[in-house]
Amino acid sequence: MSAAASTQARAGAATGRNVLSGALLGLGAAAFVDEVVFHQLLHWHHFYDKSTPAVGLVSDGLFHAFSWFATIAGLFLLADLRRRAWFSSSAWWGGLLAGAGAFQLYDGTIQHKLMGLHQIRYDVDLTAYDWTWNVIAVALIVAGAVLLARSHRRPA
Amino acid sequence: MIVLLASAAVAYLVAAVAVRRVGGWWPPERTACWLAGIAAATAAVTGPIAEAAHHDFRAHAAGHLLLGMAAPLLLVLGAPVTLALRALPVRHGRGLSHLLASPPVRLLTHPVTAGILNAGGLWLLYTTGLPHTAAVQFHVLAAGYLFTAAIIGPDPAPHRAGPRTRAAVLIAFLAAHAILAKYLYGHPPTGLPHAETGHPPTGLPHAGAGAGAAAETHAEAGAQLMYYGGDLIDAVLIVLFCRQWYRAADPGRRARTATARIPGVRPPRVPWRLPDEIREASS
Repeated sequence: MSAAASTQARAGAATGRNVLSGALLGLGAAAFVDEVVFHQLLHWHHFYDKSTPAVGLVSDGLFHAFSWFATIAGLFLLADLRRRAWFSSSAWWGGLLAGAGAFQLYDGTIQHKLMGLHQIRYDVDLTAYDWTWNVIAVALIVAGAVLLARSHRRPA
Repeated sequence: MIVLLASAAVAYLVAAVAVRRVGGWWPPERTACWLAGIAAATAAVTGPIAEAAHHDFRAHAAGHLLLGMAAPLLLVLGAPVTLALRALPVRHGRGLSHLLASPPVRLLTHPVTAGILNAGGLWLLYTTGLPHTAAVQFHVLAAGYLFTAAIIGPDPAPHRAGPRTRAAVLIAFLAAHAILAKYLYGHPPTGLPHAETGHPPTGLPHAGAGAGAAAETHAEAGAQLMYYGGDLIDAVLIVLFCRQWYRAADPGRRARTATARIPGVRPPRVPWRLPDEIREASS
């Protein structure tokens, strides 16, 4: 492999690792905010409203476990990027926003609606809540995608 | 169970003293971890928490976290196998390492087997209402130990599974634990508080009144304790796991000389100082 090709391969690995670290942390942060703000501070969500089918509980448990792991692993990956001086802010932030948006969209559509895990809030008309939730999710994904495209054009 | 725990504590201390007597060194924090693990397991099987666990699911969940998660983690961090290898005469030490490398032990300490033993045992215990005998307590502690050791054990493991396998098993176990906690929230376990209050174990939630409702609140609080308490201990597991990866992935690692995972002599005390980038920024 020529020196130029190996440099290019390393830059590719660095970008991939930036996106991965950001996406893991974004997913974890979205799940964390969901847990703290909606479950514990506002008490809008229920811990478990006992009407959930088994598949919803399994999905919830897997996502909970994965996001917990992702938060910590994402931070260690970030430390590794800094150690190697590979950190690229647009790739990392792009991954973070896209990861957070993807989790929120999955939570808002599949888990809340399709699997009926729990609702955003109880005893209110849900339409506005559901739309706000999912529009924010899509906005996060779009913002992340823009940053990722930008980092692709101008590799830092 | 108490006798077993007490002898484990004594054996460890004897081994640590033996290592020191021949001029070696054993990190005192490892000894502290081992003794704290023994203490956590003891608190779960005897004393006020164990007493209350018979009629209160919150105490039961606390005991379960202590025996099945906190105690195994602390015991694993005690690195008993490394200590045994250093304390035993060479001949016995060889026997021990042959035993550890043997196929049955290899199968038993594989993360997937250990994870199934651990999570499977829990599910059986709570969904079938098995009595909490000493044998069951031993299984919970032993399976917890095997699992923790398979994921983050500092002891030598001749056939340790790769980091991807270990990460996947850790996530799967975490999920199984969270799912079980939520399941128990909706379906309080049989044979626990309900047997004494006369509340039908499989009855509809909120159907009970009086004592039954109190037991149900206990069951819900206990299930939440199990969920969030489990998360807390799992976070420690994940951090330790990631830290091992972080050290192994250090690009400058090859330049340095290889050192034992657990030092055999007291490491020199390096005074702590601010990282260079912060020093530069503040000056």
